[in-house]
Amino acid sequence: MDQIVQTFIIGLSNGLIFALVALGYSLVYGIIELINFAHGDVFMLGSMIALLLISGVFGVTAATSPLMIVIIVAAVILITMAVTATINVTIERLAYRPLRNAPKLAPLISAIGMSFVLQNIALLIAGPANKSIDNVLPSVNLLSYIGVNTVELSFRQVFVAVVTVPLLIGMSWFVAKTKQGKAMRATAQDPDTAGLMGVDVNRTIAFTFLIGGALAGAAGVVQILYNNVTVWNLGFRFGLNAFTSAVLGGIGNLPGAVLGALVLGQINAFSDRYVAANWTNAIVFMVLIGVLVFKPTGLLGQQLADRA
Amino acid sequence: MALLELNDVHTYYGAIHALRGVSISVEDGEIVTLIGSNGAGKSTTLRTISGLLRPRQGTVSLGDKRLDGLRPHQIVQLGVCQSPEGRRVFARMTVHENLEMGAFSRKEKTKIASDFERVYGLFPRLKERTAQRAGTLSGGEQQMLAIARALMAAPRVLLLDEPSMGLAPILVEQIFEIIKTINQQGTTVLLVEQNALMALGIANRGYILQTGEIVLTDDAHKLAANPEVKRAYLGG
Ligand SMILES: Nc1ncnc2c1ncn2[C@@H]1O[C@H](COP(=O)(O)OP(=O)(O)OP(=O)(O)O)[C@@H](O)[C@H]1O
Ligand SMILES: [Mg+2]
Repeated sequence: MDQIVQTFIIGLSNGLIFALVALGYSLVYGIIELINFAHGDVFMLGSMIALLLISGVFGVTAATSPLMIVIIVAAVILITMAVTATINVTIERLAYRPLRNAPKLAPLISAIGMSFVLQNIALLIAGPANKSIDNVLPSVNLLSYIGVNTVELSFRQVFVAVVTVPLLIGMSWFVAKTKQGKAMRATAQDPDTAGLMGVDVNRTIAFTFLIGGALAGAAGVVQILYNNVTVWNLGFRFGLNAFTSAVLGGIGNLPGAVLGALVLGQINAFSDRYVAANWTNAIVFMVLIGVLVFKPTGLLGQQLADRA
Repeated sequence: MALLELNDVHTYYGAIHALRGVSISVEDGEIVTLIGSNGAGKSTTLRTISGLLRPRQGTVSLGDKRLDGLRPHQIVQLGVCQSPEGRRVFARMTVHENLEMGAFSRKEKTKIASDFERVYGLFPRLKERTAQRAGTLSGGEQQMLAIARALMAAPRVLLLDEPSMGLAPILVEQIFEIIKTINQQGTTVLLVEQNALMALGIANRGYILQTGEIVLTDDAHKLAANPEVKRAYLGG
């Protein structure tokens, strides 16, 4: 029983990180019907940037004072989000916008190409080996304070929730309530008509990439602080999981992407624990194929454009 | 000078030459109707004015400002708003949100609030359904919403593409009454219609479009009396 609870907690942490990345897939697919294959790699770059900032620029070690760590982590999150947002907007501008009116396959191939480009940039700068940092978050079991020692809820896991949950809530609020959020929804439903109502469609699409990139960056920071390791092809595994989450929830559907991510987080954790970590990617692929075959509209329903 | 003016406009879809030198002028305060059979290029004309299509040749201007080459949202900001063919309401947004989208490029909060009152006054049916998702409205209600949404832009020139399409006769009457009212309140209207008889009934002037060319233009009542027009477009 303890083991199951423990696996569930790990799954929840995975799922929250996947959710931030999954939203980027779903937002972009919802608005331009493109599977942005480079998105997982933007997340990977986020974790690389965070690693560079934490151990290189700020020189944080396990010995740094807790207050400084809090301040630095907050700064790293903001800086990384800004950088990955910029990267994502640049990708849209260079690789996707010129192909906006081309057949659907063209931007898809462009996205795959972009994914290779980002991976190779990381490979060039960081090299092929795993890059790791010291664990800078306290490794106490928070449950030990209430007398539970058989299940661990580490500070790191709480940290994951502290960063991701407000971002997820803020994101839903933004899309539902703000004017820019309404422009995004209108553009996703019918870009031509959104333009006729005065929405700057290009700017709105760029803004969607900005948000997706920022969320992927935050996910990158959280992942490096949670797992303490990153590598040039990390985007593949996370991208696969996040994309599957988005499809499972119903692509284009934002609450769906979060739900899908929480499910995928559990699938990963339970597969790692009870099957074998080697099999996890295969199982995720099977889930993806299963969803596409049996329930292509996902759990909560696709939300795509009304155009024919 | 005309408020809205198209001068020798040529628009293409790839190799298809859809508008072959269209010239139309709409004076401030007028209702002008554009009539033509299916595929004549009426929607293409409106899409060109709104910047969804770019003319390969010719100019579109609003007063002394050139519209051709501008992007759709910029044209809306200059005061030209279109209610497109086939309703095109935002199905997953509520009635209220759809109307907010109409007012997207406006800033004056109090005027927007009073325009909400105005369009709800014109379309009481929509007022009862403010929180309903537009996709679940009936076809006629969606058409009302599409027109109301365009009104929320408070445009100087309102482009309407087949506002009566798919409506019951009594609703058609109502819609045309509303167009007349809007016009009397100061909005210039360019109206595309299949229902030529009704359109000529409220318009000041009309243009007849045939395979991408204007073949005839005259005062509306003269067009309505023209035997050729009668035979081709008025079913008698
Ligand atoms: N996206 C497109 N691609 C290619 N050709 C198009 C496209 N849209 C319209 N056309 C062609 O351009 C011509 C004019 O079409 P348009 O939609 O302007 O006609 P219309 O007068 O509005 O007709 P209707 O009364 O049926 O709405 C038609 O021959 C049509 O087939
Ligand atoms: Mg048409």
